[in-house]
Amino acid sequence: MAENSKNTKLLSVVLLVAGIAGLVIALYLDFTRSSAAFRGPLLVIGAIAALLGLYFYPTVEHHRSIINFIFLFPLLFAFAVTVIIPLVLGIFYSFTDWNGIRLTSFVGFGNYVSMFKDPAFIWSILLTFLFVVFNMVLINIVGFLLALLCTSKMRGVNFFRASYFLPNLIGGIVLGYIWQFVFNNVLIQVTAKWGMVNSVLANTKTAFAAIIVVYVWQYAGYIMLIYVTGLTTVPKDVLEASSIDGADALTTLFRIKIPMIAATITICTFLTLTSAFKQFDVNMALTNGSGSVADFMGSYLTNGTQMIALNIYNTAITKNAYALGQAKAVFFFIVLACVSILQVRISNKKEVEM
Amino acid sequence: MRMKKSNKIIFTILGIIVAAYTLFPFYLVVLNTFKNANGIVSNPIGFGGVSFSQLMTNISSVVNNSNFNFWYAFGTSVIITIISLVLLALFGGMAAWVICRNKTKWSTVIYMVFIASMIIPFQVVMLPLISTFRDVGQFVGISMLQSIPGIVFAYCGFGGAMTVFILTGFIKGIPYELEEAAAIDGCSPEGTFFRIIFPLLTPVITTVTILNGMWIWNDYLLPSLMLGQNGKVKTLPVAVQAFVGSYVKQWDLILTAALLAIIPMIVIFLIAQKQIMNGMVEGAIK
Repeated sequence: MAENSKNTKLLSVVLLVAGIAGLVIALYLDFTRSSAAFRGPLLVIGAIAALLGLYFYPTVEHHRSIINFIFLFPLLFAFAVTVIIPLVLGIFYSFTDWNGIRLTSFVGFGNYVSMFKDPAFIWSILLTFLFVVFNMVLINIVGFLLALLCTSKMRGVNFFRASYFLPNLIGGIVLGYIWQFVFNNVLIQVTAKWGMVNSVLANTKTAFAAIIVVYVWQYAGYIMLIYVTGLTTVPKDVLEASSIDGADALTTLFRIKIPMIAATITICTFLTLTSAFKQFDVNMALTNGSGSVADFMGSYLTNGTQMIALNIYNTAITKNAYALGQAKAVFFFIVLACVSILQVRISNKKEVEM
Repeated sequence: MRMKKSNKIIFTILGIIVAAYTLFPFYLVVLNTFKNANGIVSNPIGFGGVSFSQLMTNISSVVNNSNFNFWYAFGTSVIITIISLVLLALFGGMAAWVICRNKTKWSTVIYMVFIASMIIPFQVVMLPLISTFRDVGQFVGISMLQSIPGIVFAYCGFGGAMTVFILTGFIKGIPYELEEAAAIDGCSPEGTFFRIIFPLLTPVITTVTILNGMWIWNDYLLPSLMLGQNGKVKTLPVAVQAFVGSYVKQWDLILTAALLAIIPMIVIFLIAQKQIMNGMVEGAIK
């Protein structure tokens, strides 16, 4: 036993020393601007060796803490590098003239001022709010009605449920192109008979309606599933009691089912709210934000159907205005944070009432 | 319960109408991949011009298209999705277990940061993310952009919060006595996790894997930014976007590409329909 522990200790120390040496050499090469190709792998191998050395270190007292550290490290490291550091940097960059690679000066709130002076961005904000309201209402109503349909005693419920949910499986980019085909090549043949020669996507207002239609089509099936789960938790005996008391279907719906799934309604409302805010893929693939607006705040706009997420993307990637795009993104983040705080408040209140 | 039978018929008819509406675009995609370009434009709804050999022609012209490179994009998507899912389940489980079983100030802080980070929209981190990955990658000599390890790393970072959140909720419900008993029997902490806790997590890991899998497989923005529109490495959504961009209005090719892109997802759905639908609901409720 003593021999064994000695060996592990030796192994552990060797691994630790080698790992740390590897890390130091790799970092030294980095800082001296060496271009040796092995410095990358050396860094990774060094880190893994150091962690292994730590793991084999024969200690009863601290073993649990070492395990805790090793278990937390991979995810926390990835999380810090991909979320926390970019978030902090992003907020910082939004106050500078960052061009995606380097920055030369601070501009204070300059980006924020110029973004709110830009009619195209104000249009995107208003359009997004309109989109969110329409979607929240429509998706919840459609999803709820579908859930009622799927919990009614009809034949082939499973097939219907699966087919309503199916659009949700497919990514927004592919869906957007499929629907672009539907609107531009199929629907146009129908509308041409009524005298509408252009596709619905060619007109700003109908194109916006088309985005809503596609989004409801994609999302309602998912919301339906959540409502189905909510509706099945309504106790059978309560429903029986109401039918014995002579309540008709509508009364049961409004007086029993809807109040009893209030929590589900809250979840679905906020789910549709936040996802509609973030809508990007369908917007990009279906219209790419195009559409003309004759006069908005005194200027002619060409981004008639461009919502806020797409506006941020285009500002930064297409127009190369990184700092401005970042400032818009920070604004977007603040709006979403407010919505989320509101959601937590409302859910907590509900829980207290219950 | 009067009029029960007629109600049932009305509901079923209603259900069929809605199903027809939700499935109609899929029907159009499948139907039109059997036609050539002229047939699609002149008659997109009917069966005129449908032939099986045309389907084969369309598929082979898409698959062999050097711009689309279907099998390569498909393979890249599969590799990225599977590695990310495995790592997220493993590292997420490990982190969630430590957070849950250590009632220290630090674990609470880490948990709170994870929860709070779930409201961060991707748009606010995407631009600095790309520059950080580029700079760090150049500095340490590891290619983080345009590489599969880099994108897997990013998915571990972005999926981490939700994974830990759902897994922690589940681990809280596992009796601590199990772990105490294992410790008394001489099991090490890591042994306790891998032999006792991790196997018990199977149902909830299925849920997070489905949620993360749907997101990673369909994600467009992150890979398009990290890998680039015309980079060497492409995922399926990025490849579809690049392909459509270069073949404006060639609907025979575009629809075939769309069909090829949606088939894997539909096959998986048909196999694991119940798990996917339950997983999506559980993820939303929690």
